[in-house]
Amino acid sequence: MSTPFYVSPQQAMADRAEYARKGIARGRSLVVLQYADGIVFVGENPSRALHKFSEIYDRIGFAAAGKYNEYENLRIGGVRYADLRGYTYDRDDVTARGLANVYAQTLGTIFSSAAEKPYEVELVVAEVGETPEGDQIYRLPHDGSIVDEHGSVAVGGNAELISNFLDQRHEDGMSLAEALKLAVQALSRESNGTQREIPAERLEVAVLDRTRPQSRKFKRIVGRQLARLLEANGASTEAESADNGEDSEESGSSEE
Amino acid sequence: MDFLSEHQPEMLPGNRQLPPTQGVIEAPHGTTIVAATFPGGVVLAGDRRATMGNVIAQRDIEKVFPADEYSAVGIAGTAGLAVEMVKLFQLELEHFEKVEGAQLSLEGKANRLSTMIRSNLGMAMQGLAVVPLFAGYDVDREKGRIFSYDVTGGRSEEQGYAATGSGSIFARGAMKKLFRNDLTEAEATTLVVQALYDAADDDSATGGPDVARRIYPIVTVITDDGFRRLTDDESSEIARSILERRLEQPDGPRAALL
Repeated sequence: MSTPFYVSPQQAMADRAEYARKGIARGRSLVVLQYADGIVFVGENPSRALHKFSEIYDRIGFAAAGKYNEYENLRIGGVRYADLRGYTYDRDDVTARGLANVYAQTLGTIFSSAAEKPYEVELVVAEVGETPEGDQIYRLPHDGSIVDEHGSVAVGGNAELISNFLDQRHEDGMSLAEALKLAVQALSRESNGTQREIPAERLEVAVLDRTRPQSRKFKRIVGRQLARLLEANGASTEAESADNGEDSEESGSSEE
Repeated sequence: MDFLSEHQPEMLPGNRQLPPTQGVIEAPHGTTIVAATFPGGVVLAGDRRATMGNVIAQRDIEKVFPADEYSAVGIAGTAGLAVEMVKLFQLELEHFEKVEGAQLSLEGKANRLSTMIRSNLGMAMQGLAVVPLFAGYDVDREKGRIFSYDVTGGRSEEQGYAATGSGSIFARGAMKKLFRNDLTEAEATTLVVQALYDAADDDSATGGPDVARRIYPIVTVITDDGFRRLTDDESSEIARSILERRLEQPDGPRAALL
């Protein structure tokens, strides 16, 4: 019988982190931005049935990059947690902070348990407040840590590049159309510095809109409504795309 | 629901142990709920009284609740249990919608409520019955639909109009004479308030419009725009105009004899 090799705990953890990071990087990126009336989720998603964003509770939204079956599992767990809590106590007692803590515990336990493979997912849990100051955005990397984000956050493949881009350009009090335009610009950046076009039908967009009269603030933006919002920027975008027209043609071949 | 019954079964209504009792348990009961369809939607309304034996337990109870965006439940029977049932029903519809990413069909919702009423049968035998009325807009068939229930969970779809609760006999009689297939939304809301007035007229457990305290029936409308509850101003407007006419004709509008 062969003796198992000794692997130092540091090395084991580093390997697991590397494995998870690689898995996440294979997926398309998505961004979550604050705008004047709430929080907008934008991502590239060729599938119409498998969502990257979803509603957890009245004011809480969920976004995930990485492996679908793993984050879907976490999403359903989150919906159960929120609904049970809201039914037991009150709808106001379900908070993004509480939910983020539960996710952090789950991800942390799975990450450090030797019996399971680490989840290849990165989550964002966002809660829209009565005012922009009350908005909360939490990013949850694969290892179970929690990062409290403000303004904008990106997860997935080119996360670092995209979040740098967003950090420079995101402002408080943007309109939805402006925020959407910025998000699409950010998502269409490639790691080699070029741009590529993302058609509207490959975009998945959802908002947590604090001005909605219903208590459930989450709403998907699809079809005509999305086209109208993208068009609202049409005039300004066209001018710009004339400038980087060459870039976008080049990027056609460099995709994937 | 399945999750709840596995993890915290004590939170579900059907799983509680009841102590043996003699006689009827005294608890507040809700009374009359009425509903009527009109082309393009359905209205659901309820009076505001809760009674405990011969005592009025509450004057301004609310007995009509939105179940989700396109449906509503009105409750008659033991108020405490009924409100809990509605809360659980709302939770289930919302939970299903979030997990599956699509709404249940209207039939599906009606069936689900049926099961919940049946699980309360033990309590119903001890006098704590819950008999709701379920109304909703069927997005697929593009029309309003009404479902009524009995204590055992038996479900039946009603055509045109329906009523439940102690004053339902009188309300149904009133609607029978006033209902037409081509009502507008405004006429349908007037119809249900008329029916509630007639119920309150002949049933002591049903409350009429209380002008002194400004307590008026709750009237809700469900169309393809979703659920909408009439504001206090709107429902007081309807109730007051009916009241005014009844000062001259106490028995309300007369239907043609032949």
